Amino acid sequence: MSLSVQVKLPDGSTYTQPTGLFINNEFVKSIKGEKFESICPATEEPIAAVYRAYEEDVDVAVKAAREAYNTVWKETGGVQRGKLLFKLAELMEKHADELAGIEAHDSGKPKATNAIFDVEESANCMRYFGGWADKVTGKSIPLGKDKFAYTLHEPYGVCGQIIPWNYPLAMAAWKLGPALAAGNCVVLKTSEITPLSMLWLANLIKEAGFPPGVVNILSGFGKDAGARLASHEGVDKIAFTGSTATGQVIQQLASKNMKAVTLECGGKSALVIFDDADLDQAAKWAAIGIMSNQGQICTATSRIYIQDGAYDKFLQAFKAHVEEEYTSKQGCPFNDTHVVGPQISQPQYEKILSYIEIGKKEGAKLLSGGKTPASLTKGYFIEPTIFADISPDMRIANEEIFGPVVACGRFKTYEEGLKYANQTQYGLGSAVFTQDIAKAHRFASDLEAGMVWINSSNDSDIHVPFGGVKMSGVGRELGEYGLTIYTQAKAVHVNMGSKL
Amino acid sequence: MRYYASLPLSVKVKLPHGIEYDQPTGLFINNEFVPSISGKTFSVISPSTEEEITHVYEAVSEDVDAAVDAAEKAFKNSGWATADPSQRVSGLLKLADLVEEHAEVLASIESLDNGKSLMNARGDIALSAAYYRSCAGWCDKIDGRNINTGSTHLSYTKREPIGVCGQIIPWNFPQLMLSWKLGPALATGNTVVLKTAESTPLSALYLAKLVKEAGIPAGVVNIISGFGKTAGEAIAIHPRIRKVAFTGSTATGRHIMKRAAESNLKKVTLELGGKSPNIVFNDCNVKNAVQNLIVSIFYNSGEVCCAGSRIYCQSGIYDELLSEFKTAIEAVKIGDPFNEATFQGSQTSQQQLDKILGYIEKGKAEGATLVAGGERFGTKGFFIKPTVFGNVTEDMGVVKEEIFGPVVTITKFETVDEVIEKANDSEYGLAAGVHTEDINKAVDVSNRLHAGTVWVNTYSDFHTSVPFGGFNQSGFGREMGTEALDNYTQVKAVRIKISPKSA
Repeated sequence: MSLSVQVKLPDGSTYTQPTGLFINNEFVKSIKGEKFESICPATEEPIAAVYRAYEEDVDVAVKAAREAYNTVWKETGGVQRGKLLFKLAELMEKHADELAGIEAHDSGKPKATNAIFDVEESANCMRYFGGWADKVTGKSIPLGKDKFAYTLHEPYGVCGQIIPWNYPLAMAAWKLGPALAAGNCVVLKTSEITPLSMLWLANLIKEAGFPPGVVNILSGFGKDAGARLASHEGVDKIAFTGSTATGQVIQQLASKNMKAVTLECGGKSALVIFDDADLDQAAKWAAIGIMSNQGQICTATSRIYIQDGAYDKFLQAFKAHVEEEYTSKQGCPFNDTHVVGPQISQPQYEKILSYIEIGKKEGAKLLSGGKTPASLTKGYFIEPTIFADISPDMRIANEEIFGPVVACGRFKTYEEGLKYANQTQYGLGSAVFTQDIAKAHRFASDLEAGMVWINSSNDSDIHVPFGGVKMSGVGRELGEYGLTIYTQAKAVHVNMGSKL
Repeated sequence: MRYYASLPLSVKVKLPHGIEYDQPTGLFINNEFVPSISGKTFSVISPSTEEEITHVYEAVSEDVDAAVDAAEKAFKNSGWATADPSQRVSGLLKLADLVEEHAEVLASIESLDNGKSLMNARGDIALSAAYYRSCAGWCDKIDGRNINTGSTHLSYTKREPIGVCGQIIPWNFPQLMLSWKLGPALATGNTVVLKTAESTPLSALYLAKLVKEAGIPAGVVNIISGFGKTAGEAIAIHPRIRKVAFTGSTATGRHIMKRAAESNLKKVTLELGGKSPNIVFNDCNVKNAVQNLIVSIFYNSGEVCCAGSRIYCQSGIYDELLSEFKTAIEAVKIGDPFNEATFQGSQTSQQQLDKILGYIEKGKAEGATLVAGGERFGTKGFFIKPTVFGNVTEDMGVVKEEIFGPVVTITKFETVDEVIEKANDSEYGLAAGVHTEDINKAVDVSNRLHAGTVWVNTYSDFHTSVPFGGFNQSGFGREMGTEALDNYTQVKAVRIKISPKSA
């Protein structure tokens, strides 16, 4: 029986939105039968109500995943796992427009300039990891005549995955791709703010041919469903992307059965511009780094430090570029010319506005934006906002705002720039602009960050590992590292003749 | 050779089971089929019927030049090597899908041209498609290393493609050998000029259509039909081919290596002959061992480089095994490749037939005992009965030399040390089989055998992720597995001084 509703999108098209929990390749009601609504952030109107998974539903999903692992997936070789991922990638590309539409409506990402690219990247991610599936190898280790050893890179078994609302599809792809390629079964909880696109994708997962129970998708809230997944004794690994505060809770909950933990948490990434940088390019990349996705990026380069000599010139170029390419292109996500959509929710909207007030109170200079756009009073819209003349101790220079608000300040020397860049508790992304190659690579080496962009920002790539140091997280996603982190090494010692 | 001034670039061929298809006859250069510059063609025979199938255009050195020009331009300009590797991923994935879509036609062409049973041919095609798919997954994962040499430098390596690669493949597994060559070369960003064997040019030309349909840019893959002495030689000595990969006889491999060295020191990888030992211990599972013996020497009519062509059977099990083996041989169905029940098809050519029959005579003359077979099967088509020689001594020609047909010797042995010595007493070292239920013995014997692949309780049991290649004069370099990528890449080390600026 199909649990679904018809949803009409702003472009006039309608689609069938599944509302159930996706367990064992079927959509089912939650045990309690309770639903919650997903709101469109551009209109503040509800889109659809979906079933809410509570702890008991998590238990059902974990059981299904375990059964699938023990009876089917464990025996499914890498070649076949790869084939299924390739098929899923193909189906995602075939239905790219539909997926982009659902994503845009539920998350506020402009469809033509944002959501469609997320769908493309998600499909590529499935395909990339599909290519790894038959290439998971351990080592053989020679130890002389009487012994030899080899390692098996085994999957964990059942992995719990908790994803955020800023890139619903892409975050799911970054998690599902490597987990499945490595041979795990998955229970994935979407964010309660953006449950819709993954439920629709579940149809494609089934169509691609993944056996029942290998991928299970639950809509639900962190404090019950998420917590249950993180502490579940039947789950061998938990992977979480979200706030640092929640990441800390997850890490503690995971200790219940010592499950493996990977965390992609918050950031306050610094973008450092030296005097000799190409300022025009720096301005454009800096804008991408904080104004893309409405500033809702964990690796947003939300602090910009500009060397004295370039300070005024950069800010002038930056302000002009942001106002021309972002501020003036803000509005309904289904208008193809729009680049900036709404913030994701009322709480986020209020939080960002409060930080803007804090910034003003702290004495930072407001160069651009700083409020709700006059013409967009419905929906959680906030203008791209630039603060300048910050001092490094300001709250807006240290705390993650997670919105289109950037704090700019100046620095004198390499050492001072480095000190400011490294001062926060975070260490996710970072960027450095300079034409001096030696300086660029030295600075990259000196930065306390999981990722450094030289002469770009937020230019991520599925082939390259992604993750943070310090309070930004544990572990790496994407690239070969992303695959390895879903395996554990078992050493097998073979006694070839050593007798006691 | 006949000069066939107006051989159409595509001819209709009707297969014995009714399917009719369009067979390209030209040289595949720059994604187009073209006649040879001279107009020369040669005849292609069906070895199971001895009848002519068609003519195809014959490439000689001037055609090789044209192909190299195309490959070189494609390497420099098409983006295949330098652009986002996802283009290569998509091309190879699409090729894999197309091979599967056209599997029945490809298998049928293979059986017609090579004489192998349709059963065997279908297996080859399935493996080829799987290998293209596996290579597709490698394209965007050719990583180098970043090496920590201290804070004064940034040191890293890149694995770069070599450039235009020449590839020469044999006639025993035309499609499969094609995939083992094209797959890793293309995945790593090279462009190729590939010469098929003159006995079996047809299925590769059909695949060339699929290469184009897969969206692989013009000039990246060039496939030419021709002879070793002319086209093959031209590849081996070509000054703008930077690497040659060859699968075939050890004698020809040696010649190619010489030519490669003399010309421009092009890199060489060789997959050559073998005389692989198949060792059966007293504690084997006899039923399974017999099945594996059948596969190891009679699969593909014994025309397999890694065929287990010397059986060593421990004395305690010898009589039982030989008796079971003979019974199993009687059940081997040999005959028309297009009969669904056929296991063993024909040998690939008159030349091969004569050579194998010659070795059978030699075996008899050397004093070996004919235990099974030993003669031609039927009067039409190059079929030979599965043949077993017993009472052989290690110095006999039939024990030392590669026969490349359905002819196997069987020798009794007593101890592990004895059989390892005999097994390793060969200039070859391609593969070996070990049949025992004692796992420690299996690992120990595997450790001591000088062979590139050791099969335990199985044989000719390939997987796309597992490397294959030889020791000693069976060659060097590995195909399949991650190791295959090493054949087609060269390491560049970059060391950047990044001392602090004084300002």
